[in-house]
Formats: sequence, structure tokens, C-alpha cells
Amino acid sequence: MTHVPPFRLPRGGRLIDRSDQLGFRFDGRHLRGLRGDTLASALLANGQMMMGRSFKYHRPRGPVASGAEEPNALLGLGQGGRFEPNQRATTTALVPGMVTRSQNCWPSLDADIGAVNDWLSPLLPAGFYYKTFIHPRPFWKHVFEPVIRRSAGLGKAPTDPDPDLYEQAYGFADVVVVGGGIAGLQAARDAAAGGGSVTVLEQSPHWGGRTPIDHAGGQDAIDALLTDLRAMPGVTLRRNCMATGLYDHGYLIAREALADHDPNQGIPRQRLWRIRAGRVITATGALERPLSFACNDVPGVMLASAMRDFIDLHGVAPGQRIVVVTNNDDAYRTALIAADAGLDVAAIVDARPQATGDLPQAVRDRGIEVLTGSAIAKVKGRRHVEAVAICDQDGEGKITRTVECDAVAMSGGWSPVVHLYSHCGGKLTWDDAQALFRPDPDRPPLGADGQGIAQAVGAANGDLCCAGDLERPEGATMPVWVMPARAPHKLRAKMWLDYQNDVKVTDVELAAREGYASVEHTKRYTTLGMATDQGKLSNINGLAVLSGALDQPIPATGTTTFRPPYTPLTLATIAADARGEAFQPLRKTPMHGWHEAKGASWEPVGHWRRPYAYPQGAEDREAAVAREILAVRKGVGTLDASTLGKIVVKGPDAGRFMDMMYTNMMSTLKVGRCRYGLMCNENGFLMDDGVVARLSDDTWLCHTTTGGADRIHAHMEDWLQCEWWDWKVFTANLTEQYAQIAVAGPQARTLLERLNGSIDLSADALPFMAWAEGDLAGIPARIFRISFSGELSFEIAVPAARGLELWEKLHDAGADLGITPYGTEAMHVMRAEKGFIMIGDETDGTIIPQDLGLDWAISKKKADYIGKRAQRRLHMVDGTRWKLVGLQSLDGQVLPDGAYAATDQVNANGQRVTEGRVTSSYRSPTLDRPVAMGLVRHGPARMGQVLEFPMPSGAVMKARIVDPVFYDKEGSRLNG
Amino acid sequence: MAEHLARISPVTDLGMIALRGDLAAIADAAGMAAPDRTGIATDGPRSLAWMSPDEALLILPAPQTPEAVEALTLALDGQHALVADVSDARAVFDVIGPGAADVIAKLAPVDAAAMPQGHLRRTRMAQVATAIWRIEGGFRVIGFRSTGDYLGLILRNAAIAGSGLAPR
Amino acid sequence: MLILTCPHCGIQAEETELHNGGEAHLKRVGPDGSDEEFEGYMFARRNPRGVHLERWRHAYGCGKWFIAARCTVTLQVFGTYAAQTTTPPDHIVQAVRAARPDWNPTEEGASE
Repeated sequence: MTHVPPFRLPRGGRLIDRSDQLGFRFDGRHLRGLRGDTLASALLANGQMMMGRSFKYHRPRGPVASGAEEPNALLGLGQGGRFEPNQRATTTALVPGMVTRSQNCWPSLDADIGAVNDWLSPLLPAGFYYKTFIHPRPFWKHVFEPVIRRSAGLGKAPTDPDPDLYEQAYGFADVVVVGGGIAGLQAARDAAAGGGSVTVLEQSPHWGGRTPIDHAGGQDAIDALLTDLRAMPGVTLRRNCMATGLYDHGYLIAREALADHDPNQGIPRQRLWRIRAGRVITATGALERPLSFACNDVPGVMLASAMRDFIDLHGVAPGQRIVVVTNNDDAYRTALIAADAGLDVAAIVDARPQATGDLPQAVRDRGIEVLTGSAIAKVKGRRHVEAVAICDQDGEGKITRTVECDAVAMSGGWSPVVHLYSHCGGKLTWDDAQALFRPDPDRPPLGADGQGIAQAVGAANGDLCCAGDLERPEGATMPVWVMPARAPHKLRAKMWLDYQNDVKVTDVELAAREGYASVEHTKRYTTLGMATDQGKLSNINGLAVLSGALDQPIPATGTTTFRPPYTPLTLATIAADARGEAFQPLRKTPMHGWHEAKGASWEPVGHWRRPYAYPQGAEDREAAVAREILAVRKGVGTLDASTLGKIVVKGPDAGRFMDMMYTNMMSTLKVGRCRYGLMCNENGFLMDDGVVARLSDDTWLCHTTTGGADRIHAHMEDWLQCEWWDWKVFTANLTEQYAQIAVAGPQARTLLERLNGSIDLSADALPFMAWAEGDLAGIPARIFRISFSGELSFEIAVPAARGLELWEKLHDAGADLGITPYGTEAMHVMRAEKGFIMIGDETDGTIIPQDLGLDWAISKKKADYIGKRAQRRLHMVDGTRWKLVGLQSLDGQVLPDGAYAATDQVNANGQRVTEGRVTSSYRSPTLDRPVAMGLVRHGPARMGQVLEFPMPSGAVMKARIVDPVFYDKEGSRLNG
Repeated sequence: MAEHLARISPVTDLGMIALRGDLAAIADAAGMAAPDRTGIATDGPRSLAWMSPDEALLILPAPQTPEAVEALTLALDGQHALVADVSDARAVFDVIGPGAADVIAKLAPVDAAAMPQGHLRRTRMAQVATAIWRIEGGFRVIGFRSTGDYLGLILRNAAIAGSGLAPR
Repeated sequence: MLILTCPHCGIQAEETELHNGGEAHLKRVGPDGSDEEFEGYMFARRNPRGVHLERWRHAYGCGKWFIAARCTVTLQVFGTYAAQTTTPPDHIVQAVRAARPDWNPTEEGASE
């Protein structure tokens, strides 16, 4: 049998516009389709039945289905940034100029090297990789895995950024109906009649589902329903919108295609809907099942419904001479439509002993031969169907005759689409009469009120013959899981259950023999129903074969879990506009623009961007940091400290509360004074630190670390609301209300005095750890005499809107003093020179203040504070904890941050026992030598001892344990 | 090119005062009617918004703010209350146009189209905290100053021409 | 996506607007507690398969903490209440018992 184009039928095709030809490319060839075509119908119209190669054996494959369940016709679409792999040809609308290519083949679809796997298939059963590639072990990594990775898998991932736009939207509806077929539209009309908002989502561009194709008068019935619905208030009808998942409490995710594969419209390509549905009605229809006969995967074998879709919707003939094979009446419709289209229907092969209904009779009336009690023993042909060998269904496959044909329409019955119903807990029940799983109305997915939140209607509910009011009785479906019934191994080894994952009847039987009695285990072992199939085509046939092999009824085997998404979502839709500049909310201080203009090199701190340093000219970051430090130590510098958290705590019980929050005694802090405070969690571990200022009798201002503001504010509110709700305390997070500038260096006071403020900045009036309020350069300001650099230092808080103004005035006034902006790295180095700890460097969530020698900041007088009890636990006080020390490297090299000190002892695993690690390490420009801090076992008691730090290179660095304060031990500078 | 769904304009002349305490006392001190739960009550140039059971937000013309802070502090003296000027901590945008509700619905998990007048909804827009209420012709959105650029950007992205949420 | 109604502001918030705070009604053990008591308070959690009293903060909202009584299996929400209490209020206990008659709020490992 030859297979020759053209395949576009001379008439028919309710969706196509024959006057509008669209050019597109497939594997480099220029082809033409029609507006209204899917990519699959356009390829078929060009005689391109073979559209890809299978996953494992690289067998030639054509489309099996016409919708979202298609396992084979997955193409790569687009070019460059718009390239997208694994797109279903059956659901992709043809767009002019579309560039498409086949997958899973090399060097080409026709001459594919990997096809050798098919000849080796007897050697490649389920679990083959697990069993075979264990020994010798190095072979897996260096030989087997690279080879397998190259030849297996679906399409290639794109490499360029996606230039299209994507977005999300939040929807709300009392009722969401999923599926715009006749059952869905009727359910929507009923729901809307009761008032409330009703949204109908239809995955395709067309309303009506199968009804217009399968039923006389179907289109009129659909049109009438749509007319009614459009006139009803509160009804939203949304096409091109695929409900991909139903989640807890009726949260429905759906993807709306707005300008799919069509970059010319300038609007978002897809929109991800997040819909809060009061109730969900699944009217998702049913999927036709393949039949398991030998070589049921040869291009040209397709579902009977898909074949009539291509003929009826697109005017495309999948073949000129067709054999229909079925176990039910419905497939006879395909024979009728094909015959009406002028195609030759060679025979109907019906597995049932008899076929007597209206549909078989109508077929016989056309003179088409109906072979009952028959089966296909084997499909002949490799790249295309050439003939089918016929045998008795109730037999071993003895061939009775051969029928030449170029296409086979198969129907193994229908399975309701139960995915959405199952996604969040809805259970299924086995309908023995129809041989299908359908939603169990007694065990639906539950909503927040404990009531069922989803209900299935129509074919999705197993009501397969209803089509609304267009009901037509049909003869019963006879379950046929293997064709013929007693097919020998040779035939079963060529019966595909899961086309996409190349799983055959014999694979599932093997899994059962090897002890995989659970359907979930069999799924993993064989890959049956994995990936995008999600049980759409393969599920029931696979379960039935497994049940047969285990000799138990199908409901005893059960079904695998249906997981969202129903069809794959692009990652871009999930990310939506969270990309590029909008990837994350970048937090900017009021002086951000100034830093940017001065060429700041940024350091991300949480979502903040802080200047790391301000390199000038050809200067690198390290040189800039050194210059900034020396400028501060010798003159004056400014640091943008606006990111520090600023939380006000106020109320009659605020002092008591502060004493619980901090390890220090904060209630005794005098108004006008500051105190460095430590905050621990209930587990005793240090979580934040900062300077606390007492603003008034009942008000404290807590500074937190840059990353800590929101967290610490939430921590305070947690304790206030959930533990001490009778305490009269209010908090307010005022972090963003103020810009804060640290002015540090021996010239700091000189500089500030030039700005004509109302505040006396003298050491007597404003000593170290005091604060004062007034104005500075005409701006209302609060000035804190605190220092993180070890220098004379003032931190000035002004309303955020005036932060830049003050910053610029400081720089104008300090030009002759060599005023220098400094960044976070200079700050880090300077605090390390002073032995000040940094949350996140010296702490990692397992460090208590006592580890850091901060006992002085822990009140002994207080009965309680958060973390106090935990700090008395045995391993907190057993004397073996690593404690903070300074580390002086012996060879003058900077110790790597995080390096571990090792002893000579060896643990049970043969590893050297460690006794400390480096927590901060820098080259100090001030001292012109390395400085480092670290946590060392018994560290403070081991001053002068030398530790060994093995390097990855094998070298060993040595460092002496020293006092952690490297610079100005007496503190004379900050007290200046 | 079609029109954008809404015009996104920054609002820079608003003062805001965070008030914590007894809401009736706060409303008294502010000389305003106490807002209902999640309500925002407007009286001339000033609005008083319900933020939580013990927090209100007074929104007023920026130049009146320092004086109002002082007056409120004085009026609430002797009570357990907290008054804080938060004008500078905010970024404010007006979203005005026929598609304003669509813009909100793309970013916030709220039923924007059904949002009543006089209701203030605290929620998130994409990844930042916001408060949203209806104004003439659209919505007013307040967020935090540091993420003002981000908020403006996502609002403009959501308002792109031709991207209305009506079914097509 | 859990949808919980904040009892403080009445908003039906979705999970992304909320912050979970784990088991509710823990009794704090302070400096006087024994090692065993503190360990129980700090680390031992009921983690029930069934009715759970769970802390949530309306983080992207009014900022208040509340407690949700919900079933960890079916996700049914029996009610939410303000966090300023050491035991679930009567109307919550009744709402749970209407669906789970055997449930006892103080019993370890409440039933499903």
C-alpha cells in the first residue's frame, strides 16, 4: 500500500479556512497549511504522518490522538529565545511562519541512529538500566550514563532567554466549570440559573467538545447553550484556557493562551490564572483508549476519535484506506465519517462476538465489512501502516487473513478524565459495567467546610453515551486489554501501553513477575504513565495488564496518583513577570541613586542593595575597600546605614518586654543613652544584635541588622500577641521612615559641626553611647554617638525623603577633609579589626552569646529572657564549645574564610578531627597584615597556641590564637 | 497601539501617620469618625483607615503632617498609644483607568472587581506588601518606599495595552 | 492553597498572605523548668494526623496572629480564633466535635 499526498480532502473541515493559506517549516522543509489547522493536521495534510521518534527505542511515531493526550507528536517550536521543546502538534494552532522540528532523532527523523535500540529492544526490558549498569561502577559515570543521556529523553531544553511576556491573574467564582462541551455548558447554565458567578474554562479554541462531531444537531445544541449563557449575568466563558490543577480549598490553576507561538501581537503570550472556586464542576470529558495489539504504534495507527477529528474538523485524511478496530459501537462513527468523506473503509474489526446496534447497522448499510469476534494480530509496515493481519480475538493470534490499508482507527473504549477530580483527594470508583474508573461522588475532594468541592458531569462522570439531550443508545463495550486474548509473548512484546515512555505489555508483566505488585511501584519501575502522559492514554490498559499478571480484579490493583499539571506548563508562565528587573523586589535606600552614580559595586543583603565599595577609575574592589578604610581611619567617611532595622517599642510594659527580648538589662537604660544589645531565640542561639536607644520613659528604639528588621519585628509581635497579650506594649517598624548615615573618622565631629545643627556634639554633651535630637543642616535629625568602625562615629537618622539631601551636604562640607563614602566591605573589615562580631559571620544559628565572649552583654540579674533556659542546657555549658578568638596567620597570608583547624586525631571515618574554624578573615589595610576571627575549642584558654588549617591543595596554613581585638584595644579612638 | 489598561502615577504629596491604641480614642483624637473593620473613612482631605484591631492610619496632605503628629501625640498623652510619622516610609501609586481592576487582579490575590468603596485591603502585590482601596476612577495602592520602583514596575507591566482580563 | 479567615479583620486570606507558626497553645517553659520540661516545650510537637490547632499570622494583612482548627488530612477548617487564649474557645471545640465527635482538645494525638 503506498501512501501519497495530497491528504487534504476536497471538502469538509469545519474549522479550516481554505482561502487562507499559511506557510510554515518542518525540519527545514517549507510546507503550507490552512488557517484553523493544528500543527498536526497541517503536517498530515502534507503527507507527514511520521512526526517523531519514541523515547527509548526511537521507533517512528505519528500522532495517535488529536488533543492534549497526544504522546508522540511532540515537536520543537520556534527559534532562538522562543524555541520550545515538546509542544503537542495536536493542540498547537498553526501560526504563519511557524518553525518546527522533530525530536528524539539524529541525524534526522528519517535516518535515526538511535533506532538501533529498537532492534535491541528484546535486550532492553523494564528495569534494564538498573540491572545492567551496576558493574563495573566507573563505567556508569563515564560510559553508560553519557551514552544513555544523549539518546534518551524528550526534546532539548532551550538555551536562550524567552523574549515573550507572561502574566498571572487572580480569579474568583462561585462555580467554575472545567470543560466547554455539552455537559459543561449545560452544567454552567444550571449553575448560573441559581445566581452567583460562573466561569467556564475550555482548553481548546472551540466550544462543544465532541458533540458537534459525533452527533447530528450537535452544533445547534451547543450554539443554543452558548446563546443562553451569554445572556446570563455572572457567566464568564473563557476559551483557550486549560485547567491544569485543582488544589486545596478549591484553588484552581489554569493557563490561558493569549498569543501562543505568535510573537507578533505584543501582548502576554500566556496567563496563569489562580482561581478561588467555591465549587468546581469537572466536565472534562473522556479520553479514548488505545487497543493493545502488536505494532499498535506504527505511524498511521491512531485513535478512532482522533481520525474522525482530523477528517471532520480539518478536512484531512490520515489515510486513503482505513481499517477500524474496536470493542465498542462508538468507533463505527469513524467509519461513517470516513466513508462520507469518500475514503475507503476496508473493514471493521470488532472484538465483540456480535455488533448489532444502530451504528454497526448503519455501517453495514454502506457495504462496509464488519468482522466480529476478530482482532488485529499485527500491524504490518514500519514507517507507515501497510496492512493488518487479522485473527480471532479469542485465540493466540493465528492469522486468518490480511487486509491492506494505510491507516488503522482503534478504539478500546473510553476513560473519563478524572485528573482534576483526583488532584486534591477525590477518589475513584471502578465501574465494572463500562470497564472504567469514574469519580466516586461519595468521596469527592473536600473544601474548607468539609463538603465536597468538585463534582463530575457528563462523560467525565462516566456518562459516556449521553451527550446532553442527544442521547443515542449504544451497544455495550467489551473490555479488551490484550488483542488477541491469548497473544503469545512475541506479540505482547510489540504491544505498546505507553507510547511516550515506550512501555509495552511485556514490561508490565515483567514488573509483576519481579515482585512489583503495587501499581505505584510498577509505574516507577516501568515508567508507565509518567511524564506528561500522567495516565491519560496508558492508565487503564496498563492497570488491566498488571491486574491480569497479578491475577486480581482491576479495582484491587487500583490506579496511580494523578498529579497536576494535567498538561505541562511553561516555567515562564509560572514565573510570569518575576523576571529581569521584576525578578525580586530590589530594596533601595534614599541614597541609592547617588551610590549608583558614583559607580558603587553592590552587595545584596536580603533584598537590599548596599554599596560594597565605590571603586574609582581602574581601581578594583579590594583596592577601593583599602582606600575607603584608610580614609575613615585617617579622616572621615560616610556609610549609608539606612537599611538597619528601626523598631520602636512603647508602652507601660515596654521595659519589661525589652528585658525579655534582649539578653541585656534594657529597662535600666537611661533616657538619652544607647546600649548594644543581643537578641536570642528561645533555643538560646544568637539571632540579632544592634544598638538600643531609650527615647523616653516608656519608649525604646531598637536597631536591628539589615536583614533582621522584618524578622525581629515579627518576633516581637509574636511574643506580644501570643504569650504576653496582657502586657501594654506597642511596636512599630519604622525602618523605612528614616535614612541613616554613619559619619566615622577622627574628623567626624569637625565635619558635623560645619553643618550648623542645634545639637551640641562635644564629647561632654554627647558622649559615646549617647543620642540627641535636634536639627542638622536644617533637617530634623536624631544623632547617635555609636561606632561599629572603632572610630569616632555618629549615626544620623533623618526622614527618608531628606536622606539624600543630608548625604550631599555632608559631602559638600567635607570635601577638604577628604570625606569618602565607604561601603559594607570597609565596614566589615573595620569591625573585624576591632574584634566586633557580625551576625551571619560569627553566628550561624547555632552560636550562643557565651561562645563569642559576650557574657558581659548577658544580664545576670534578670530572672528570665528569651533563650535563657536554653543556654543552661547541658551541651551549652559543658565547656567543650568552640569559642571566639583572634587568629594571626604565621606566613602573612590571609586565612580562607570558613577554613577548618584540624587536630592529629582521626575519627571513625578516617577524617581528621576538627577543633575550630575561621569565621571572618581579611587583610587589614590599617595594620597592613591579615586579621581573622574564629571559633576554637577551648580557644580563649589557648592563647598563643598554633592551629593547623589543611587546605584543599594539601598545603597546611598555620595561625596563632590571639586576642580578637587587633586595633585600638583601649578604645581611645571611639571615645575621642 | 491600544490604550494601556490604566494609568499608573506616583503620588508624592501624602502624609501618613501610624496610630496604635484604642481605635475609638484614636478617631476621637484625630477628629474623625472611627472606620469600620477594614474600612477607610474619608473626611475632606483626610482619611482614617482601619489597619488592625489596634492600629489605624491617618492619611492627610503632607504639609499638615508634623502638626498632626504633634496634636495626636498630645491628644493621646496619658493613654497607651503610639503615634508615628510614616509618610517617608511609603510609596503610593494611583491606578486609574477602565482596566484598573484588571491591573490589581493580576498582582494581588483579591477580587479587585468586587472590592467595595470605602474598604481598604491589606495584601500583597506580587512579592511586596501593599494596601489597596478604591478612589475615583480606579484604585490607590500604598507600598513601602524601598520597593517603590519595583511596585511601579509591576503595576506598569500589568497595565500593558491589550492585556485586559475579559475573555477573548 | 489553604484559605483561612482571619478572625481579627474578617479577610478570607489565601496561604500566600499568611505565615504559619506551628502548633498552638504551647506552654512556655522558663528558666525554672527541668531539662525534660524544656525539651518538651522546645522540641516535642503533636503533629497530628487529624485535628490540629495551628498558629497563623496574617502577615500580608492586619499582622495579627490567630489560630486555625483544621484537619490535616481532609483540610477541613473548623474555625479560626484570636491567639489571645490558652485553650480553644467553646464554639471552636463544638465546631470540631460536630465533625469529629471523639475529639478532645487536650488529648495527645487527637483523632482524625
